[in-house]
Amino acid sequence: LSICFRTVEPLEYYRRFLKENCRPDGRELGEFRATTVNIGKSCCSITTADGSALVKLGNTTVICGVKAELAAPAVDSANKGYIVPNVELPSLCSTRFRSGPPGEEAQAASQFIADVIENSQIIAKEDLCIASGKLAWVLYCDIICLDYDGNILDASAFALLAALKNVQLPSVTVNEETGLSEVNLKQKNPLIIRKHPVATSFAIFDDTLLIVDPTAEEEDLATGTVTIVTDDEGRLCSVHKPGGSPLTGAKLQDCITRAITRHKEVKKLIDKVIKSIKPK
Amino acid sequence: PGDTSVLAGLYGPAEVKGSKELPDRATLEVLLRPKVGLPGVTERSREQLLRQTCEAVVLGVLHPRTAITLVLQVLSDAGSLLSCCLNAACMGLLDAGLPLSSLFCGVTCALDPNGTIVLDPTTRQEQEARAVFTFAIDSAEKKVLMATTKGSCSVEEMQQCLAAAQRAADTIFQFYRDSVRRRYSK
Repeated sequence: LSICFRTVEPLEYYRRFLKENCRPDGRELGEFRATTVNIGKSCCSITTADGSALVKLGNTTVICGVKAELAAPAVDSANKGYIVPNVELPSLCSTRFRSGPPGEEAQAASQFIADVIENSQIIAKEDLCIASGKLAWVLYCDIICLDYDGNILDASAFALLAALKNVQLPSVTVNEETGLSEVNLKQKNPLIIRKHPVATSFAIFDDTLLIVDPTAEEEDLATGTVTIVTDDEGRLCSVHKPGGSPLTGAKLQDCITRAITRHKEVKKLIDKVIKSIKPK
Repeated sequence: PGDTSVLAGLYGPAEVKGSKELPDRATLEVLLRPKVGLPGVTERSREQLLRQTCEAVVLGVLHPRTAITLVLQVLSDAGSLLSCCLNAACMGLLDAGLPLSSLFCGVTCALDPNGTIVLDPTTRQEQEARAVFTFAIDSAEKKVLMATTKGSCSVEEMQQCLAAAQRAADTIFQFYRDSVRRRYSK
């Protein structure tokens, strides 16, 4: 009977749970789903990529592969490399997406990740430069969703961070005489990650309630969403609230506090996973 | 404001294509055209921000199974483009006479390297700033409808910028009232 009710009146079904301060899947309003992360070639799938990570937030599964290529830097920023993120939401991850050119959600997510990279200075683009004006690294970060169950922004940001921590760049020297580059695949250096931004998403219900880490069903019923990206020192890298119900400054402050707590949890998780793959 | 100008055209409520039809409310569509070039990923993400902001204020349930289309053309960009688009969108909605639950206005706030808050920055001020915030504030209770940030800052600084933006919103709403009065008093 409850399944019928859920299909016919999903909002009322949810309201009953929210009144008791919990959600249908048993979580509390401020509780995240179980997060797991797999980094690297041994336990993750992509062997052709320079860095890869697979993140699962409950059922939402996102994989990120980073490929490094060489290119000439732009004329106006000769000592900077590039980081190019691309988020894809293929039709296999959910029935709501059709195959074909990227839809609005995928493009908005790509823009969000690009903003996070830019705002948080996760990698200094100067570090990617090999020879000023002549050669620099381009990091193509492909983030692909394998299973869409809500909260795609958090999972993508997490996957990106984990994959970048895993990237090993071969050392490249530019031969002065010939002007050609010589790539030494034997000698690899990890990327210097300066900051660790972590995204936390909330869904707003009925203008008042805030729930953390929404599933796809909760996202559909929500009247708005907020995503907050914090970095190591508790500084805000991004507040992304694309419309939806209005929030007071105080509510926003609550979200930020929760986001800072979440940052610490995620950072501990990433460090633990990286330590476990270190002996190689 | 200043040299940034955006032209907003609003069409609706009108017929909607079968696949996009929503049975209980109006479908809102936003198209943002940059001054030069084809619309790209930045425009798409801005369109999504604008669309969801407008969806929050427009009483779509009064016009089910219709489409409301908002077309914004950037005429010139001298900084604070997103809040200019927000203001143009709101005035367009007002002028079209669509039922709204409240008005909204866009305010851009830049935090320069010294820590001073600059409202409505020019392009150069935006580039030099440590962080730039764009808020959409609603007229009913001065709550935050939409927020995006560029650059990083501390939490207190963001709260200060938000407070400054809420104060500035009053000036913009007064401007709305004056323009509408001028238009309809002729």
